Amino acid sequence: MELPVLNNVAPEAGGCSAGSCGSTDDQMGHLPEHIREKVFNHPCYSEEAHHYFARMHVAVAPACNIQCHYCNRKYDCANESRPGVVSELHHPVQAVKKVLAVAATIPQMTVLGIAGPGDPLANPERTFETFRMLSEQAPDIKLCVSTNGLSLPDHVDEMAKYNIDHVTITINCVDPDVGALIYPWIFWKNKRIKGREAAAILIEQQQKGLEMLVARGILVKVNSVMIPGVNDKHLAEVSRIVKAKGAFLHNVMPLISEAEHGTFYGMTGQRGPTNEELQTLQDECSGDMNMMRHCRQCRADAVGLLGEDRGDEFTMDKIEKMDINYPEAMKMRAEVHAAINEELESKRVAKNAKVQLVSIDGLKLNKPETRPVLMAIATKGGGVINEHFGHASEFLIYEASPSGVRFIGHRKTVAYCEGGDTCGDGETALDKSIKALTGCEVVLCSKIGFEPWGPLESAGIQPNGEHAMEPIEDAILAMYEEMRVAGKLVHKSSEQQKVA
Amino acid sequence: MAFEIIESCVNCWACEPLCPNKAIYEARPHFMIDPDKCNECAGDFEESQCVSICPIEGAILNELGEALNPPGSLTGILPAKFAELVARQQAA
Repeated sequence: MELPVLNNVAPEAGGCSAGSCGSTDDQMGHLPEHIREKVFNHPCYSEEAHHYFARMHVAVAPACNIQCHYCNRKYDCANESRPGVVSELHHPVQAVKKVLAVAATIPQMTVLGIAGPGDPLANPERTFETFRMLSEQAPDIKLCVSTNGLSLPDHVDEMAKYNIDHVTITINCVDPDVGALIYPWIFWKNKRIKGREAAAILIEQQQKGLEMLVARGILVKVNSVMIPGVNDKHLAEVSRIVKAKGAFLHNVMPLISEAEHGTFYGMTGQRGPTNEELQTLQDECSGDMNMMRHCRQCRADAVGLLGEDRGDEFTMDKIEKMDINYPEAMKMRAEVHAAINEELESKRVAKNAKVQLVSIDGLKLNKPETRPVLMAIATKGGGVINEHFGHASEFLIYEASPSGVRFIGHRKTVAYCEGGDTCGDGETALDKSIKALTGCEVVLCSKIGFEPWGPLESAGIQPNGEHAMEPIEDAILAMYEEMRVAGKLVHKSSEQQKVA
Repeated sequence: MAFEIIESCVNCWACEPLCPNKAIYEARPHFMIDPDKCNECAGDFEESQCVSICPIEGAILNELGEALNPPGSLTGILPAKFAELVARQQAA
């Protein structure tokens, strides 16, 4: 049985009926050609691209004009990976130097974003000075910016000037009563405004900014932080509204909240969502909109592929010693990009051929017989299974069903075995991995040791190292077929409930 | 008549560009206010700008040494509640 590879298509809609026939390998499938053109090599927007292309953020924007209950401005820790956190603040000239050094060293780097650590548009001079210099010196780098939206309407025209064609707005609500539970205050027209009034102004500015960007043809992604009991029930409506206004992608992220972060939510015990809650909401929103599921919630100074951070290689003192000839580097970069695009294109052609084959036979016949299964993948990138179970610090989660394979999200863990002879607290790390894999029935990895095998099996998760170096989707399909033949996929309503 | 920034400042830069008198300057371990330049925004703004954007309670004091954003005024977590939460956290 051959199945198509789907992304962000609700399982019940299925295959080609979902309207993304021929490009179901890519959640960008439904987008108009001119938008796909802009996002195909953007790691933060394209699930496919994020295996191949890298991004970086420069921390030039320290100031913020609002307070969110999930943020603590005191925080600065190199071991934490989450938005708003940075180690080294840069002036625009330093930032540009850093960008050129990274782009010359990591040719896969296609995108430069300014995301903080405050709000980029609360620091317009620093932010736009950086963009201006980059648009002159490194025209082959895409520029994007992430904002809370409060002063967005004032800066839309300047963004258009520097060819910033991707903007992310964090929109957690469209209802001021919900907003009052997330934003204690904003700084607006030279005053601090609190409570519901503050939230109402912020929401109005966000929506206005979104409309202005769309009107100018600038791509808008919307980020939302899912806060259980606060806006979790409300985000499906947010999704509907921002889609209707022209946002092309919605990224629902889980709240990160720990007491030691010293945030309001951390202090007051507000919990983040479970993996299952997050997935349920993302599925609910995906009926209305293109959802993004591969976000790694990176730091405001992250460097490298999504999920990795090579910031340590590019500290200011190291950059000062580098001798960068950017015009030369640009030639090498163009060659690397062309090679990656060629590889992606050939994969796309191969997948399309497969999809069309399936649409003719097989799909409908098999549809009612088997139930969906979640599988976890250990990968270092490149779209293949190439990570040892014990070395994986995160797993990609896919769902296989009669409708095909779709990417669900990623789950972080602690690498079970850090290498060497001693797996210090291996026991607890394994427990953590097993917990992260809740709901999954299979974990595919390049290799797996003897020790974790038993505990995984007893937790109902079948380890498998037989598909090493195979493309992820192919291996999942093979595994799903193997389970079907073994009679493990018989539809049982109780089991279906558990998986869904 | 001048304000003062104290050590709880986190160097977030929010206040610096807002000062109508350019009295605030970057310094380590924390930003400073030049008392000769600060006039508490009198005549310029209804509210003192640095005080209105500062995200840290207690980081800016008036001439009497009083916190202009007293504990609880920004987070909504009043001091007694805050102590209770910290105690609970330490016990956990």
